[in-house]
Amino acid sequence: MDIATYILIGIGLFFNLLGTVGLHRFPDFYTRLHAATKCTTFGAIFLIAAVMVQSIGVWATEGSSSPESVLTIHSIIALIAIVLTNATGAHAIARAGHRSGVKPVIAVVDDIEGARIHD
Amino acid sequence: MWIVPAIVLAICVVVALVRLILGPSIPDRIVALDTINTIVIVIMVILGAAFKEIILIDVAIVYALLSFVTTLFIAKYIEKGKF
Repeated sequence: MDIATYILIGIGLFFNLLGTVGLHRFPDFYTRLHAATKCTTFGAIFLIAAVMVQSIGVWATEGSSSPESVLTIHSIIALIAIVLTNATGAHAIARAGHRSGVKPVIAVVDDIEGARIHD
Repeated sequence: MWIVPAIVLAICVVVALVRLILGPSIPDRIVALDTINTIVIVIMVILGAAFKEIILIDVAIVYALLSFVTTLFIAKYIEKGKF
């Protein structure tokens, strides 16, 4: 159980580091959004899965009266909140950036220029 | 077991904070803020597992939902120039 936890922690930390490095290495708002959102969501899934694996191990040995049962269920709720809100928030940021006039650095044509709503 | 991931994630927060300060445009700063929010939620869950404090995970759930609302409002602001 410990080895599985360490592997999940390693994957999660690797992807979180990748996301934050991508914030600095990419040239553009859209590519930064791409790197940061996807990598941090994936890393969060694996890190919370590590917490869940460890807690389920304690839960299975000590019974459901231990605080690890509540900890596991609340971790699942936090994970669901992260997965739902991160993707939606990233979409909202990208749409707002496009409508406020931010262009990709090497783009020459904007195919969804007419998709703006003038209100 | 959980202290090393928490420290590495705190370093991630600092690195993203540099982009939040440097960011040339407002959407860049929002992307950095969203990244920091996600990493802070994960740090809260990890510290809750480290110290066996369930209240930290409850705070993480509320933080996730409130940061989502914050992101949506900032996106609406930079889209229209007003709330």
